[in-house]
Amino acid sequence: MNKGVELYKKSTTGLAAMLLSVAVLSGVFIAAPVQSAEYKIDTQGAHAFIQFKVSHLGYSFVMGRFNEFSGEFNFDAQNINDAKVSVTINTQSVDSNHAERDKHLRGKDFLNTAAFPKATFVSTSVVEQGDKKFTINGDLTFNGVTKPISIDALAIGAGKDPWGGYRAGFSGTTRFKMKDYNMRMDLGPASAYVDLTLVVEGIKQ
Amino acid sequence: MFKNQLSGYGIIAILLHWLSAALIIGLFGLGWWMVDLSYYSQWYQQAPHIHKSVGLILLLLTLLRLLWNMVNIKPAPLAQHKKWQQLSARWAQRSMYLIMLSIMFSGVLISTADGRSIWVFDWFELPAPKVLIADQAVVAGNIHQWLAYTLIGLVFIHTLAALKHHFFDKDQTLMRMLKLKNAK
Repeated sequence: MNKGVELYKKSTTGLAAMLLSVAVLSGVFIAAPVQSAEYKIDTQGAHAFIQFKVSHLGYSFVMGRFNEFSGEFNFDAQNINDAKVSVTINTQSVDSNHAERDKHLRGKDFLNTAAFPKATFVSTSVVEQGDKKFTINGDLTFNGVTKPISIDALAIGAGKDPWGGYRAGFSGTTRFKMKDYNMRMDLGPASAYVDLTLVVEGIKQ
Repeated sequence: MFKNQLSGYGIIAILLHWLSAALIIGLFGLGWWMVDLSYYSQWYQQAPHIHKSVGLILLLLTLLRLLWNMVNIKPAPLAQHKKWQQLSARWAQRSMYLIMLSIMFSGVLISTADGRSIWVFDWFELPAPKVLIADQAVVAGNIHQWLAYTLIGLVFIHTLAALKHHFFDKDQTLMRMLKLKNAK
């Protein structure tokens, strides 16, 4: 940097050269934080979704979502060892498009939201699988129970958005047994699992 | 005979009282039982449907009953009842009506919290009132549950008091609600 500035000072003392040197300097400083690649999940603009799917009787599925959550991730394709994700879900916001069922889901048979208003996922490691696929290992806490779980993730795309920001989008799926998280309602053998899908867009900070 | 007199209740008031008693106790038992049904029980869908249908019928009956009370005279308190007994009887009655109505309205607010209507058997449907609050089903559900326990507690005291009047005080309190006075 100093070399560059001195070079410019030597070659010319004009205003244009000073402006140029400032531009070069600021360019360097802007470039520096890009390497850390912190992203905030765009829940503000609702370009992020956490959906769940549970078999109904083995014949079809009940689908729903969590309307309120927040999270951030750190992702740099060149440095996957530093990648991490954390998401916090407001369990109260469970929405299966049926108030009576949602009441049941919030109750002690399922999410017990009065006692456990937050569910979290915090990654412990991210492993690249090639072809834009990753395995995100981490701890999932639901209903006060924390268990390790793996999310199969896909980097969907990334780039500048039309409004001056930079975005990266991922999808992730995982599956867990409701019993493992102390959800005591028995919906039958075909309905023992929940499939959780996250589709999130992060805005680079 | 149909209307109340100063000396006792008319047949309409008596029938409404005992019908309400049967429905309230039945609804409480049904509600208590149905919330713990397993998902594969044949009653899992049917029991709440019956609970809601009968509950709405009771709501209609209770509104008619209050209307009937308004157009009727109230039988005079029994002479041997002390002032505090008369006063507490009146307030016990008022609070039971208030709690009954609150239970039934909160019940409606659970099922209609997302704008769905409630079917009364397959006869007709009650359209959903405007959704009031975000977490309506849960809030209304808690109110519904705890007021139901309160009401059943009051029913228990109410029953003990009626039996006490009948067997210990040997007055007409219970009999006035069981049979008509012979006089017109």
